[in-house]
Amino acid sequence: METLEDFRQRSRAWLAGNMRRLPPDAEPWNAMRVDEGDAERAKALQRKLFQAGFAGLCFPKEYGGRGLPRVYQKAFTEESRPYEMPLLFNTPTLTIIAPTILDMGTEAQKRRHLPAMIRGDELWVQFMSEPSGGSDLAGVITSARFDGDNYLLNGSKIWSSYAYFSDYAICLARTDWDAVKHQGLTMFIVKIHQPGVTVNRIRQSDGNVEFCQEFFDDVPLAPEDVIGKVNDGWTVGQRLLFHERSATGGSSPYASGTAGRRIETIDDLVNLARAAGRLDDPRIRELLAEVYVLQTVQGQATDRIVAGIAAEALPATSGAMLRLFTGLNGLRRSDIALEIASSDAVAWDAGESDGATGKSYIFRQAWCLGGGSTEMQRNIISERVLGMPREPAADRGMPFKDVRRNAPGKEA
Amino acid sequence: MQPIRRAGGALDFDLTEEQQLFADTSRRFLADECDLSTIRKLAETDAGFTADWWRRAAGLGWISLLVDEDAGGLGLGDEGILYLGLVAEEMGRMVSPGPLLPCSLVAATLSRSGSDEQRSEALPALVSGEATASWCFAEGGNSWSADSVAMQAERVPVGYRLHGDKWPVEAAAEARHLLVTARCDGQLTQFLVPADTAGVAIEPLEGLDLVRRFARVRFDGVEVDESTVVGAPGGAADDVERQLQIGLAVSCAESAGAVARVFEFTLEWAFERYSFGRPLASYQALKHRFADMKTYLEGCHATASAALHAIAASSADSACLARVAKAFIGDFAPEIVQECVQMHGGIGVTWDHDIHLYLRRVTTNRAILGAPREHRLAIADLLKL
Repeated sequence: METLEDFRQRSRAWLAGNMRRLPPDAEPWNAMRVDEGDAERAKALQRKLFQAGFAGLCFPKEYGGRGLPRVYQKAFTEESRPYEMPLLFNTPTLTIIAPTILDMGTEAQKRRHLPAMIRGDELWVQFMSEPSGGSDLAGVITSARFDGDNYLLNGSKIWSSYAYFSDYAICLARTDWDAVKHQGLTMFIVKIHQPGVTVNRIRQSDGNVEFCQEFFDDVPLAPEDVIGKVNDGWTVGQRLLFHERSATGGSSPYASGTAGRRIETIDDLVNLARAAGRLDDPRIRELLAEVYVLQTVQGQATDRIVAGIAAEALPATSGAMLRLFTGLNGLRRSDIALEIASSDAVAWDAGESDGATGKSYIFRQAWCLGGGSTEMQRNIISERVLGMPREPAADRGMPFKDVRRNAPGKEA
Repeated sequence: MQPIRRAGGALDFDLTEEQQLFADTSRRFLADECDLSTIRKLAETDAGFTADWWRRAAGLGWISLLVDEDAGGLGLGDEGILYLGLVAEEMGRMVSPGPLLPCSLVAATLSRSGSDEQRSEALPALVSGEATASWCFAEGGNSWSADSVAMQAERVPVGYRLHGDKWPVEAAAEARHLLVTARCDGQLTQFLVPADTAGVAIEPLEGLDLVRRFARVRFDGVEVDESTVVGAPGGAADDVERQLQIGLAVSCAESAGAVARVFEFTLEWAFERYSFGRPLASYQALKHRFADMKTYLEGCHATASAALHAIAASSADSACLARVAKAFIGDFAPEIVQECVQMHGGIGVTWDHDIHLYLRRVTTNRAILGAPREHRLAIADLLKL
């Protein structure tokens, strides 16, 4: 195998010769503001990485990856920092869905979809949460009824990012209403753009449009598109949630380029302070350093927990701590940005600002909601890292069709 | 259901065999010779530790970790700080007494920059534990930075005259030597001053920690000769920064160990304590707080470990990472322990319960070597904001 240092040098040279260097004042990549044009651009860049052998570094070679240890991906990501990267492919396609299919999919599914994701042909989304509830994921009521040939999908999913311009979705649906909650679920592969699927876009509280809601009307799903076993979708869902925690907590080995929302520098906050003429104010300097401290420790905690899980010194569920840490740090960062921007965050000249600081603050709690609420992470940490008793559930051991659901009129 | 064993975790998961052995030996020594009931007895003494016990502690190699082989040390090089971090972590877990940090810092600097005479006379007694030493750096309040050093070393015919007060100075009352940081012609200069030199007055302070003592050391026109200078006159800036970095990282390792231990016995308590017929550990309102504590405890471990490793690797960012660790742990260590006091209920605020010993230690560590706010301001400067 090529040494890490050689690989790093080769990456650096290739990036310099082939990728677009971002201008120093480039807006940080914002997952919240992505459209079809960005999707096309990301596909082209992902293809470019693939052709040069820099895509899917930690995926097995037989499925289009390079089979390298995670330190190679880390090195490539570090080297790629100054360049435009196809960040849109990271989450959920490469960090959540691809590893779930790798873990749980059939050989045919892996051969069909993994190389297509890695070479930039397929963008994926998750059809998991429903309007009827997000945290109680196993309580999904979207149904897939077998008609002898296919499963017919009916119901609705929500909070899927970018569904309107993506290609495929991984979808959790109920296939047995007589079974108890967790045992009547099946995970499917769904082609998004087909008759019977309606995709609506959701406008967020900050005015941006990232998420979608989908409606299904007798959408036929073939038996070969079942991931894992029929009625064992919860097992697949657990793997998916594991990879989601890794991705949102920043510990996924499959992210290429700076994962998710770009928070590893405080440059944007420093620019904000400079623009407000407050960079010499010790109070502001202290706040900037506080963000730096929290982010640095977040990175250190990520390294520690990833290593601890690998060494089996920590349980695999420990990724939930990173998700919690990230969420809480996000809140603090948002508060500090608001403090630095002061009145500029609430009233601004149209020509000089887009009001991003104030708008981000309005959307602040998304830090603690997206990718599983921090309350769910706290349940996981207390119950499955610390071994504390599980929360009582009123639906345990009961056929799902008899489980009480949202009050009439409060379904969504 | 049982709480997961050693749920507080450790600073590093991947110790070498030598490091593991060393940590085990230190842990056994502390458990056998200095349990918490012993510490409560030591609290009634002036020094907070006994000379004989300290000699045996030093016999385990604790003060030789940052000392070169030719000066009687273990010759571990920069890696020695990882071992020192392990001792500090164990001392934190046991809220142990003993001037580990001041002796280590003085020993490290003598080994690195001391004269032949200092290395052959003062250093061996430190390494063997026969004598202790301390570092006179801060001048009250929040003056834990090189820029804050105001004490003047005036040139006089016999050498230098030192004038000024230093406090708080750890374990100064027992120290045979004092490493004094002062300014000579505006430049940082360090002196190794015998504590019994004429004009040196040591006034014990009262303090929060039950066994860690501090003093104010007054230098009233103390005259010292050229041989007391450590390194080059006016050239101590590197040594001072290194002492600070080592001190910050080791203090953080100790606080992380203390919090880990508190978290462990608080978690056990949550499983054993019942109210309304169910254990505290079954209440979601409390489970979520344990989850937050565990998460921030992992952060404490991660950042203390990163600071130690950065120093061990002579990494360019060790200055920043040592201060990141202190800023983070300074904020979170006392907060987690206070939260654990809350989990204990009324018993948590009694003298008989051990938790206040830990709260005293981490609160002391928060202030000594600089409070979080000072480190955040230093970080802003280091980042050239």
